[in-house]
Amino acid sequence: MGLESALGEGFITTRVDDLVGWARANSTWPMPMGLACCAIEMMAFAGPRYDASRFGSEVMRFSPRQSDLLIVAGWCSYKMSHAVRRIWDQMPDPKWCIAMGACASTGGMHRCYGVVQGIDNFLPVDAYISGCPPRPDALLNALMTIQEKVKTEHSVLLDA
Amino acid sequence: MSNQKLHNDVYSDILAFVEYERGVTHPISVYRSTSDLTLVVPRDLLIETLTKLKEEHHFIYLVDIVGTDRFVEGDRFEILYNLIDLKQGRRLVVKTLANEDTPIVPSASAIWTNASWHEREIFDMYGVHFTEHPDLRRVYLPEDFEYYPLRKEFPLLGIPGSIDLPTSTPDQEASS
Amino acid sequence: MMELEQKSASPTFFKKHQESFYKSLEDKHTTLEFEDSDDPLNSRMVLNMGPSHPATHGVLRLLLQLNGETIEKAKLDLGYLHRGVEKIAENKTYQEFMPYTDRMDYLSPYSNNVALCLAVEKLADVEVPERAQYIRMIGAELARISAHLLWLGTMVMDSGAISFFIWTFREREKIYDIMDQLAGHRFTVSHARIGGVANDITDDAMALIKEFVQTFPKELKGFHSMLDRNRIFVDRNVDVGVVSTEKAIDLGATGPILRGSGYAYDIRRFEPYLKYDEMDFEIPTRLEGDNLARYYVRMEEMHESIRILRQCLDRLPKGPIRANDAKQAYPSKDEVYYSMEGMIHDFMMTDTGICPPEGAEVYHAVEAPKGELGYFIQSDGTGHPWRLKVNAPSFRNLQVLEHSLEGASISDTVLIIGSIDPVMGEADK
Repeated sequence: MGLESALGEGFITTRVDDLVGWARANSTWPMPMGLACCAIEMMAFAGPRYDASRFGSEVMRFSPRQSDLLIVAGWCSYKMSHAVRRIWDQMPDPKWCIAMGACASTGGMHRCYGVVQGIDNFLPVDAYISGCPPRPDALLNALMTIQEKVKTEHSVLLDA
Repeated sequence: MSNQKLHNDVYSDILAFVEYERGVTHPISVYRSTSDLTLVVPRDLLIETLTKLKEEHHFIYLVDIVGTDRFVEGDRFEILYNLIDLKQGRRLVVKTLANEDTPIVPSASAIWTNASWHEREIFDMYGVHFTEHPDLRRVYLPEDFEYYPLRKEFPLLGIPGSIDLPTSTPDQEASS
Repeated sequence: MMELEQKSASPTFFKKHQESFYKSLEDKHTTLEFEDSDDPLNSRMVLNMGPSHPATHGVLRLLLQLNGETIEKAKLDLGYLHRGVEKIAENKTYQEFMPYTDRMDYLSPYSNNVALCLAVEKLADVEVPERAQYIRMIGAELARISAHLLWLGTMVMDSGAISFFIWTFREREKIYDIMDQLAGHRFTVSHARIGGVANDITDDAMALIKEFVQTFPKELKGFHSMLDRNRIFVDRNVDVGVVSTEKAIDLGATGPILRGSGYAYDIRRFEPYLKYDEMDFEIPTRLEGDNLARYYVRMEEMHESIRILRQCLDRLPKGPIRANDAKQAYPSKDEVYYSMEGMIHDFMMTDTGICPPEGAEVYHAVEAPKGELGYFIQSDGTGHPWRLKVNAPSFRNLQVLEHSLEGASISDTVLIIGSIDPVMGEADK
């Protein structure tokens, strides 16, 4: 407070971590890994009614190099898992991951030979969403959880 | 009962064809389960019969090829060809059997081009080989997979370790 | 992610699979030579597209061999969503398998539910009350509109107009609202039951359907006026991805692809199910067989669906919504909660399920939005199917894609995929 009064009007003081966290949290560009049914709800999440741009996430980037948040929507088969992992590896740090729906989280109803029983077998997941498929509201909720997580991270100090 | 009669009328030329073939020592049997007439054709007559059905009886549209596992010794696998006659609007099923030890069936992809993928699917799921198939590869599972999942002895949850998961350490090549 | 991959770069996963996939491009006319010394520009190359590509509508992978900008040969790799539903079906009762059908063609789950129900009902000889049949028709036609709207949004997006996607999604949200009221879920509804439907149409749902039938034709007219004479859209689609009638039949094309190529094959007329034989509707057909023809076929199908919906709403009879036979269908929830017999029957249906006669075989098809969706079931007399085969229209249409891509320009690939409109969940089973 003291510093602000010394600097005069037009300045605020904050910690760099908070500023970076705030900026990152409100511009998480998703990489939509739309595999199955959940992808349709993910489209609805970006569509007119649910409007993900309120959270700064309307820019769906299909290029992993430009995105921060991997949304794995749908069951992930063993054959696909290699491609998903490769895309995750291609994303630049810092990055986060949402397992959308029961199939991506645990294999869900697809308890059979073709499906990986939960993408956390080969990916670090930050937020899980239940539901088959979850409503777009639930995806928004997961996005907000990720935003909370991003805001409270100590990114700059640890990076230095 | 009238329904049955109606069907026999619709299929009269097919039944005549079967009768004729039977006279020439060709053992084709006929049955009808729910609605569509099914011909059971021995393997060595398959291509000949299918060609005749296409050329003489106008079954020019192949809808589907189904493989099933009867789980018996000997002729274990069934291959069913689901055909449509677009002129008269009728459906016909042709069935043939494949042996467990040497599951080899002639390919129908020279008759209908779209038989190719359906046969690849059966090869993928049951391991039935189709001779003279232009491109017999697995259609769903990777070639590295060794088992045939729709065979009855294959467990629903698969065989652990039979198919690779990616490593969970970052791929240096991709992340650099 | 469109990336170039050369054979010399060793694949990092599923080595054998990748090698045989690349090898499949080769035949007696073609060999894969990547360092072509005669060609100073090195214009022949192999392009990998997918499995994660925004325009492949899921996880389709294409391997295209290019000569300059022309596709010489195309190969498709499916199976990136393969989970083995047919294997699952053998371990479930018929009713338990219903939710899996929702997740096959997830753009029109209602049609898939109806297809399974009709096949099992034909197999086990179950009579369905008339009102339930009408409710199923309403659901199936709404699903058709919803699937075609998604196709419209994504296909127009593929040809360059992003805002169109937002408009079609606004209409889709209305159908989701109806499904929410009707069945309790936005799109994986599982509303049909063997022997009827889960619940009757509520007044709220009825009001929403009536409103939708009133307002949607106006929106559709708006879409028409936006696209029909749009120079960019027409020029990009006319004479692209042409499939002739003979080729379409030989390649087993189905649904709008076959009708766009000039053959009026529609299961609703070919083998009428439910009450479609009493309905008055046209089968839209075009002769050109190109992308634009498929566009018109699908747009007109939406008009016809509205017509069918109107007739259904006019004729919707009163009566029960499920077969009143404890051996064949679930009892109503009222019975389950208030009578001992009801509870026992409910338990028996869940535990054993409906048991068709031993050795019976059935094939029953419906006209799903993508084409002929058929279920082949072999029964062994128990409550579980011995073999259940899904004849998926997307799988068959993708085979047409493999052939129709040859000779096309690389820039049209995305549009051709868009107009074929595959759903990988269904094609991959």
